[in-house]
Amino acid sequence: MINKYSIFSLIKNAFSNHENWGKAWKDAEPKKEYDVIIIGGGGHGLATAYYLAKKHNIKNIAVVEKGWIGGGNTGRNTTIIRSNYLWDASAGLYDHALKLWEGLSQELNYNVMFSQRGVMNLAHNLQDVRDLKRRTHANRLNGIDAVYLNTEEVKKFCPIINTSPKIRYPVLGGTLQKRAGTARHDAVAWGYARGADEMGVDIIQNCEVKGVKRNGDSVEGIETTKGFIKTNKIGVVAAGHSSVIANMAGLKLPLESKPLQALVSEPVKPIIDTVVMSNAVHAYVSQSDKGELVIGAGTDDYISYSQKGSHDIVEGTLNAILELYPIFSRMRMLRQWGGIVDICPDASPIISKTSIKGLYFNCGWGTGGFKATPGSGDLFAHTIANNEPHKLNAAFNINRFVSGDLVDEHGAAAVAH
Amino acid sequence: MFIINCPFCGEREQSEFKAGGEAHIIRPKQPTELSDDQWAEYLFMRKNIKGIQFERWNHAHGCRKWFNLVRDTSNDEIKAVYKMGEKPPIK
Repeated sequence: MINKYSIFSLIKNAFSNHENWGKAWKDAEPKKEYDVIIIGGGGHGLATAYYLAKKHNIKNIAVVEKGWIGGGNTGRNTTIIRSNYLWDASAGLYDHALKLWEGLSQELNYNVMFSQRGVMNLAHNLQDVRDLKRRTHANRLNGIDAVYLNTEEVKKFCPIINTSPKIRYPVLGGTLQKRAGTARHDAVAWGYARGADEMGVDIIQNCEVKGVKRNGDSVEGIETTKGFIKTNKIGVVAAGHSSVIANMAGLKLPLESKPLQALVSEPVKPIIDTVVMSNAVHAYVSQSDKGELVIGAGTDDYISYSQKGSHDIVEGTLNAILELYPIFSRMRMLRQWGGIVDICPDASPIISKTSIKGLYFNCGWGTGGFKATPGSGDLFAHTIANNEPHKLNAAFNINRFVSGDLVDEHGAAAVAH
Repeated sequence: MFIINCPFCGEREQSEFKAGGEAHIIRPKQPTELSDDQWAEYLFMRKNIKGIQFERWNHAHGCRKWFNLVRDTSNDEIKAVYKMGEKPPIK
């Protein structure tokens, strides 16, 4: 690696006041033709390019991004990573990703600040208790770490939670996945971009796709704001805009794009050293290394690409947060934003080839795609390179909406939405 | 957040309404004769348009009646409101 980051490079660059660090990746202009073009320069897209180059020896790759890399949902999520999903297919997919997260900083020679601080999911009624216990058993049968906690154990693990039986939705218990946690969202995009660039991948920013050129039932290239680029294989990783690209290719997807909001508070001293999620009252919170409380709100009800959400959604989340954590009652919120998430009817992603030859889609991650970034990229790269899915993403094909073999994770997993 | 002009109640906040998704998806007349592909198309496949979209809404916390909206999904601007069964006022 040209600029290998280490304690020695840190010391060496200290002598020149850190003014001579090389660029982590180059800003490329498009060539006439590529073997594979990835549409979308977020974490999933960059990871796909990285693994295509690394594991499948395809070097002539472009990643085209309409804005700047990591500027979409990669930069807008709440950075939570976990794999405690109910169904076998989901457990396989998300735990594959979690295992890659565990070695990712070393793999990329880039600190993605992966912190296994644990994720706790709360139960507030008898059905929650039953569901969470069932999920704990399902997780353990799939080799995923999970424990069930009673109310006292919840209080011991996170003392600031109000476990009084007198609140509207009392805490009856919870589950804990200790291997789960958070990572630095931007660093994931930057680390994969740097690694991919090193292997010759062109990262083309400020290049919006305007059309997909087809010849019969196969693809020939893409029209962009920087001209026509020829290719036989296109991997679309455009999150909320997946349907827009699909429409260009004359394809319809089972997706609806909706705003999902998050917000952060002013920075304070360490107060919560884990991630706590509550599905029933819709409240989840963690604390960033800067000290801000990171709070995820829900999706709006309606289709929108406006990247702003409704105020009542934020209000509902904060009501729940304040009942569970009275200590936060005088915190001030610093920033609020929205990202556009593409949601499948069964709340599971699509990592699949399509009816058009050479056109592949990695979409439908909905409200929880960040945690899957490394696994998603790895499996999508496999699917593109071999024109066949890996066994871990075979269940996430687009034909499941025809066959009826859905992976119904709506409410079944520890999902917060 | 935006204001919706319910054709029955007048202007109300969007939080009073429930979005019903894409409008004018016609229920198949002969469901037993559909292929799996046609079922998938009817049940799951959506245009999910960025731009002018025709959609159904329900005034869930009001008169509870269904109606149609024409809305620009790129900026949430409402272009027209019309009742169920009526033709869209704009193309």
